[in-house]
Amino acid sequence: MTVPQSNNGEASPAVPEELQENVWITTIAKFLDPIYNWTRRNSLWPLGFGLACCAIEMICAASSRFDFARFGMEVFRATPRQADVMIISGTVTKKMVPTIVRLYNQMAEPRYVIAMGACASGGGPFKEGYSVVDGIDKFLPVDVYIPGCPPTPQALLNGMIAMQEKIDQQSIATVPWYRKDDPLTELVPIPLLGPDLVDLRQVELIKSEAAKANAETAVEEAILA
Amino acid sequence: MNQESIDAPTQQSVAETAVAKLKERFPDVVSDDPRQGYSGLIVQPNALVEVAQALRDDLGFDYLTSVTGVDLIDDGKLESVYHVTSIEQGGKPLVLKAQVERDNAILPSVYSVWPGAEFQEREAYDMFGIRYDNHPDLRRILTWDEFEGYPLRKDWQEPYFEDTHKPFGSRWPAGEVRRAEETNIYGRNVQYPKGWVPTGKEYEVETDTYQGVYVEADGVPGLKTDKITVNLGPQHPSTHGVFRMVVELDGETVVGLKPVMGYLHRNHEKIGERNTFLMNMPYTDRLDYISSMSNNHGYAIAVEELLDIKVAERAEWLRILVVELTRIINHLWALGFLLNDMGALQTPMLYYYVERELILDFFEELAGARMMCNYMRFGGVAYDLPDNVRGTETMKFLHDMIYDRLPRVMDQGDGLMTGNEIVRERGIGYGTLSREDAIAYSAAGPLLRASGVAYDIRRADPYSYYEHLDFDVAVRYNGDIFDRYMIRVDEMRQSLRILEQVLPFLEETAGAPIFDGKPQHALRPKQPAEAYGHVENPKGELGFYVTAQKRISSPTRYHVRAPSFINLTVLEKMSMGHKVADIVAILGSIDIVLGEVDR
Repeated sequence: MTVPQSNNGEASPAVPEELQENVWITTIAKFLDPIYNWTRRNSLWPLGFGLACCAIEMICAASSRFDFARFGMEVFRATPRQADVMIISGTVTKKMVPTIVRLYNQMAEPRYVIAMGACASGGGPFKEGYSVVDGIDKFLPVDVYIPGCPPTPQALLNGMIAMQEKIDQQSIATVPWYRKDDPLTELVPIPLLGPDLVDLRQVELIKSEAAKANAETAVEEAILA
Repeated sequence: MNQESIDAPTQQSVAETAVAKLKERFPDVVSDDPRQGYSGLIVQPNALVEVAQALRDDLGFDYLTSVTGVDLIDDGKLESVYHVTSIEQGGKPLVLKAQVERDNAILPSVYSVWPGAEFQEREAYDMFGIRYDNHPDLRRILTWDEFEGYPLRKDWQEPYFEDTHKPFGSRWPAGEVRRAEETNIYGRNVQYPKGWVPTGKEYEVETDTYQGVYVEADGVPGLKTDKITVNLGPQHPSTHGVFRMVVELDGETVVGLKPVMGYLHRNHEKIGERNTFLMNMPYTDRLDYISSMSNNHGYAIAVEELLDIKVAERAEWLRILVVELTRIINHLWALGFLLNDMGALQTPMLYYYVERELILDFFEELAGARMMCNYMRFGGVAYDLPDNVRGTETMKFLHDMIYDRLPRVMDQGDGLMTGNEIVRERGIGYGTLSREDAIAYSAAGPLLRASGVAYDIRRADPYSYYEHLDFDVAVRYNGDIFDRYMIRVDEMRQSLRILEQVLPFLEETAGAPIFDGKPQHALRPKQPAEAYGHVENPKGELGFYVTAQKRISSPTRYHVRAPSFINLTVLEKMSMGHKVADIVAILGSIDIVLGEVDR
């Protein structure tokens, strides 16, 4: 047992000297954080949700040879309500992104997002295409990016372990989901499918662009008239 | 048999004979394609259905392989290209083409002749805006209903459009690096029509999907039953990815089903028409991402035919080796998943994956990647066999795998699963597909052969060295889920037979060149050309329709005839009248991969 210490690292004067060997004074957060994080890091349940090629490697990582289960990650949940981490395993298309954002919103906090592979991280080889979202981080906050096309199961495992290390750093006192009005806990607005994908956070920009374009057309028409 | 009689050049192919007959019968509406390097017949649009009818009924061309559009922007025309095959006679497909004006593109639908055209015509409508008259359900299929424009038209440009051909000037030789996001005011991959303002109701596009599936219920006599619409997917553990089905149920019985796809549509063809020929090779890996080697093979064959490239002998043997191993990988995967869908959750998969990993390790040593192998080149393959795999000398490793481990796992799987009561109870008599329907709906691969049609491209139109190899085309006759399970077991055994024959040739040709001719980065065709290369993929006929212009190093039209996509046309028919739990098993028995369905 370490010598009881106050927050600033000095021996606590409130404890009599003979008891200092047996008493440990700490803050609730310092005491709870390791337990809180230990429980969460060792039961990272992913959402059972495959998008594209990377999903195959994700399944391999969960199967006989690589065996996620060693790290407590094997319980793929079919419903977002029971999942802790969403592995974006493949190309995010415009048609799919409203569903993905909705699933993210349905996940209970704490929730994490891993962008697996080149497509999920930034569009990958399909970035130039018209129906591809160039990176899921345009819509969701991403915790871990895993490079590769597709990343090997080992790379995914490494990414998941990085996720665990990130969880270890968190403190119950500062995590956003126990704080009032933290912007990080707000639901992400679900994008709409119009002539192209509409991000509701950009509606004002779209409107101003449209107004500009209309004004230009009016000027052109006036000149022609 | 007299060798000369086989090689006699006077023999006309099946398609050529049919072309001659058609021209004789319809002299006014049918003519040869006048373009240099192109083949096939140009049919007047108003006579298309009549010609198709004659072709099917009188000449035996009962199988519509592929339908696609082509944008002939220089002539101001759109073209619809049909590849038609005869199941009985095999051989190269016959090519029909119908051309219409670009701004008023209306063609008659061939759905009444070949129902397999349904999804493919929808795709051509979606991508090119060709309207097919008398099509039962002409809606967008890969994009969504409100999508603006027809993306595969040559004058349609994406938000991140940079240039018509690669390599882009900014990257080479100038070597600039900049993010595409910086070029767009929204900072992302979007563009809107001029002056367009969102109304907030954009997502209601889905209502159309539901209307398509609505059917009047007959109900049970004496009972008042309500129908409900159930949505399976796109996030659903048993749809094998992002596939979605809208199912109309009467009680638990399926009375209507519409597949909804496009959730993984990643513009394979649009990007392919900008890439150089070789740049498309890694993209084909990502079509059917479980069997990348087979996709490579199909594309390599198409371009080799297009540009008239010879393949080195050892490369052909290596190709057959990897392609047949891929078939085994794919079927192990498909069986694992099918059993998963039937209720044997995970366990068979865990057994099968051990052997799959074995083959993937070989691929990793051979090509450098587990899944996306990018292994083939035009005229050969990229690498020769490695020295060692998993610490064993390669030929010994292959020998052990092919003669010992793989047969053992097949026997084991067969013993554990085939007699299993769940597999039999849930498989026999469910999802039946008749021989006639399988052909009419253009089903391919195991789906077709499980319905009693012994059609395999490796035999019908032999490519590579398959005609020198001894193997049987596996065929089963009941066309239900159980037969589709069994056909994969049979095919894996046939693949092993082929592999056993390939090994001696690999030993014999050791050290021989694996590439014919001089390696080139950009192939430039000497004259315009058109080619359709097809291979028997584990999932069915994979075809590449590629056209080229003189001295342009990228294809002008690049179309993929994707077996998974076309096999889904018949899903509705197979599911009708079954319980909702059976659809999952029926879908599993088709074995789709969404990368190929949506491209």
